[in-house]
Amino acid sequence: MTNSWTDIKNTDLVIIMGGNAAEAHPCGFKWVTEAKANRGAKLIVVDPRFTRSASVADFYAPIRQGTDIAFLLGMINYCMQNDKVHWDYVKAFTNASYIVKDGFAYKDGLFTGYDEVKRDYDKSTWDYVIGPDGYAVVDDTLANPRCVWNLLKEHVSIYTPEMVERICGTPKDKFLKVAEMVSECSSPTKVMTSMYALGWTQHSKGSQNIRAMAMLQLILGNIGMRGGGMNALRGHSNIQGLTDVGLMSNLLPGYLTLPTDKEVDLETYMSTRGFKPLRPNQMSYWQNYRKFFVSFQKAMWGTAATPQNNFAYDWLPKLDVAGYDLLRAFELMNQGKMTGYICQGFNPLLAAPNRKKLTDSLSKLKFLVTMDPLDTETSRFWENHGEFNDVDPSQIQTEVIQLPSTCFAEDEGSLTNSSRWLQWHWPGGTPPGEAMTDNWIMAQIHVRLKDLYRKEGGKFPDPIVNLDWAYADPNEPTAEELAKEINGKALTTVYDTADPTKVLAEAGKLLPGFAALRDDGSTTCGCWVYSGCFNENGNNMARRDTSDPDETGAYSKWTFSWPANRRILYNRASADLNGKPWDPSRKIIEWDGAKWSGYDVPDILPTAKPGEVGPFIMNPEGVSRLFTRGLMRDGPFPAHYEPFESPLGNLVAPNVRGNPAARVFKGDFEQFAEPASEEFPYAATSYRLTEHFHYWTKHVHVNAVLQPEFFVEISEELAAEKGITRGGWVHVWSKRGSIEAKAVVTKRIKPLICDGKPVHVIGIPLHWGFTGAARKGFGPNSLTPFVGDANIETPEYKAFLVNIEPIAGPVA
Amino acid sequence: MNMELSRRQFLGAVGAGAAATALGSLGFGEIEAAHAEAIRAFKLVSTTETRNTCPYCSVACGIIMYSRGDRTKGEKAEIIHIEGDTDHPTNRGTLCPKGAALLDFVKSETRLKYPMIRKPGSDKFERVSWDEALDRIVRLMKDDRDANFIERNEAAVPVNRWITTGFLAASATTNETAWETYKVVRSAGMLVFDNQARV
Repeated sequence: MTNSWTDIKNTDLVIIMGGNAAEAHPCGFKWVTEAKANRGAKLIVVDPRFTRSASVADFYAPIRQGTDIAFLLGMINYCMQNDKVHWDYVKAFTNASYIVKDGFAYKDGLFTGYDEVKRDYDKSTWDYVIGPDGYAVVDDTLANPRCVWNLLKEHVSIYTPEMVERICGTPKDKFLKVAEMVSECSSPTKVMTSMYALGWTQHSKGSQNIRAMAMLQLILGNIGMRGGGMNALRGHSNIQGLTDVGLMSNLLPGYLTLPTDKEVDLETYMSTRGFKPLRPNQMSYWQNYRKFFVSFQKAMWGTAATPQNNFAYDWLPKLDVAGYDLLRAFELMNQGKMTGYICQGFNPLLAAPNRKKLTDSLSKLKFLVTMDPLDTETSRFWENHGEFNDVDPSQIQTEVIQLPSTCFAEDEGSLTNSSRWLQWHWPGGTPPGEAMTDNWIMAQIHVRLKDLYRKEGGKFPDPIVNLDWAYADPNEPTAEELAKEINGKALTTVYDTADPTKVLAEAGKLLPGFAALRDDGSTTCGCWVYSGCFNENGNNMARRDTSDPDETGAYSKWTFSWPANRRILYNRASADLNGKPWDPSRKIIEWDGAKWSGYDVPDILPTAKPGEVGPFIMNPEGVSRLFTRGLMRDGPFPAHYEPFESPLGNLVAPNVRGNPAARVFKGDFEQFAEPASEEFPYAATSYRLTEHFHYWTKHVHVNAVLQPEFFVEISEELAAEKGITRGGWVHVWSKRGSIEAKAVVTKRIKPLICDGKPVHVIGIPLHWGFTGAARKGFGPNSLTPFVGDANIETPEYKAFLVNIEPIAGPVA
Repeated sequence: MNMELSRRQFLGAVGAGAAATALGSLGFGEIEAAHAEAIRAFKLVSTTETRNTCPYCSVACGIIMYSRGDRTKGEKAEIIHIEGDTDHPTNRGTLCPKGAALLDFVKSETRLKYPMIRKPGSDKFERVSWDEALDRIVRLMKDDRDANFIERNEAAVPVNRWITTGFLAASATTNETAWETYKVVRSAGMLVFDNQARV
């Protein structure tokens, strides 16, 4: 989230699209209710189903899953055509006026530079014109036809209300009603918030769904505002934290990136991470990259990371592909190229797509290790459970080691919620049996592996045997010790660069925050964006002061919000070019002639003059991007692409199938149903029920009872057409697998008319498997395609094709 | 004062047995004292309260866990009740159908208790000691790493990668566990590394 749950009370309009907060985030949704009750805010829900969020909405519009970009670009088009633009904001705080290189174009669904064989782009033209002074060329009048604003205007012009209706199945009058309500928030004193979750991410163009809304929010001037922002509701309690700390193939903590093979040494690596400002006087915060990187290396390897060995640069593995994400891991496994897999609190047999491929893949491993408080399906993938896991154990040669770990109630530390709050928690219970903490288990793996390398030698043991492991008990580092490492400390005394007489941190002390980081090896810091979480003031993540001056919803003394305890990101943009709030009733910070101050930590240097330094300091432009240059794989603007499995072809680009830049492995393409397939005519989607939490609550008696049985949800119209009765059994199958379930026939799903033809939507909830307290059942992943988003490889769970027929059902 | 709201803190401080007398001596009216006496001893009085957050979605509602026994004193602690934390700014004490049933998660019959190994081709798990399980894991890891670790690529650039064993990190472990996990995984040269945020 750019903002926080408690900030939602400040909004005038909530749009829930790509999520279902009332069911999936019920206690956060109360802040929507607060805004509605106390300030007359309105709620819009756009979803293929009439969800519980929709049931309390002021306006609901249906949409076909996988067509959000057409809808969102349609709204941008509406705002541009009807002059519903926060012009002062757009001109000063976005790259609308930047001139784009000649050669960049969009035609027939493709941007310049497409290579069909590689399914990738040469992105060299996707950039600004750079002037002789080294800065990007801009035209403040927006008259230049090559400026971002005019290119965008042309790009979105095809998404007329009529085209939106044809693609999305949203009746034109309903689309126009939503567009009109949203466009009112172009006023500086009206603010909209976007709340989204996996309904937007689980698509082959998920990143661009989110970008499209971010662009709309910028055009309306809603980023950085109280009650505004882009608010990813997020799924699990600490996926925000796991991502911040960089537990992904290509990441280092704090959104630094791992080197690739081409970055042969530290200087080459740094050469593309200089982030020189693209406008005069602009602050470009990533210019501090080297400080973050060197401090991270010092946190990893301590005294073994020296200036002489480039702070152990070569000890980091280098990437030869974009990333070894979950999908690539299973693809490699399926090709027989992997030996072992270790799953820590993750149940991929149900969480990854194309169940059959997953079982085949795991069966080819030499070993699988699971660590979990619960008995997961993954750890028992080799066990026969009849139709629910139809395998022959004698044919599976994988050695499986299942380790029991503690759960939240027995564990200490911080979790980062979607508001970016790092909240500390304490253990209250004794773990069952011999269950151990993850901290102990991970330490055992490291310490024992290190011992083997010391004893036996082996391949390149240096990064293992030199890993900084100076914990009081090397067998189990404490949460506090690890939190201090994350925060960072001064190895030698750190002085203020502006005033060398001023000490920022004495040698050996914890750093106050990331502003004290240095690139000469004198500081350590595990994750720079978290620095400040545990400093000489103590454990700031454990703070429990609920004060909230003037009830802004900031709660600045409650736990710690990254970065730097900032509660609203880009909050400098809440004030105009003179530093005065766009809306005085929504003041966050203000310029007093000498400095910025207010309710929140300013997201800018406190002495940076308004009008001189742009508010988006993480971009070298200082402004936000309506055009993302070459930073996304599938285009600098979002464009409508159909899901890989779609009930109709792409109406705006008939020759393009799916997202042209999405990675598809060879065998998987053959397993996709054709567009407008007669064999698989129905558009399926997946979702979670309010009583359930993914595959965990399957083990929880109360929840297993509350919502006991696997079902699929269909419309009354489809039920009538197929002769399916309410509560009767159905067989649902895709090109990859098949399931059996009871049918729930509802009014919540209605057929959509897309391009003149009816499209039936089938809803498939997720929860069931073959372990735990709940009845056995199937998950949507028995059916879903093995393909991910072009930029971040999140699997396309929300839009795929199936067929359905009534069956007799099992004998009771 | 509102008896119903303040009862827990008050009884927690003075002890249930002394409650009625203490109320009288503090000058509360007879009606309130009689009312308090009529209520049976509150089950949570002798428990230890611990602050935590709900492990499910990322609203991260504040919760209070009540246990018999106090871990901080080295006692065995059994959690007997979990409720929403009214002080928490986001949830203000409320919990959803998942959070409200957290006790059944802690006490789930399918909580794992012992390390287990399933041998190749076998149709069952067998209980092993932690030492056996961990020594076996690092043996398997090291044998694979030593066999397949790539020190340099074709251009002789040091790449130090290990891509034949992968690690899938969690979604609900702490940031501190995440950082420790990062150190262990990356120092071994692992690149097949992902977490639940991907899906």
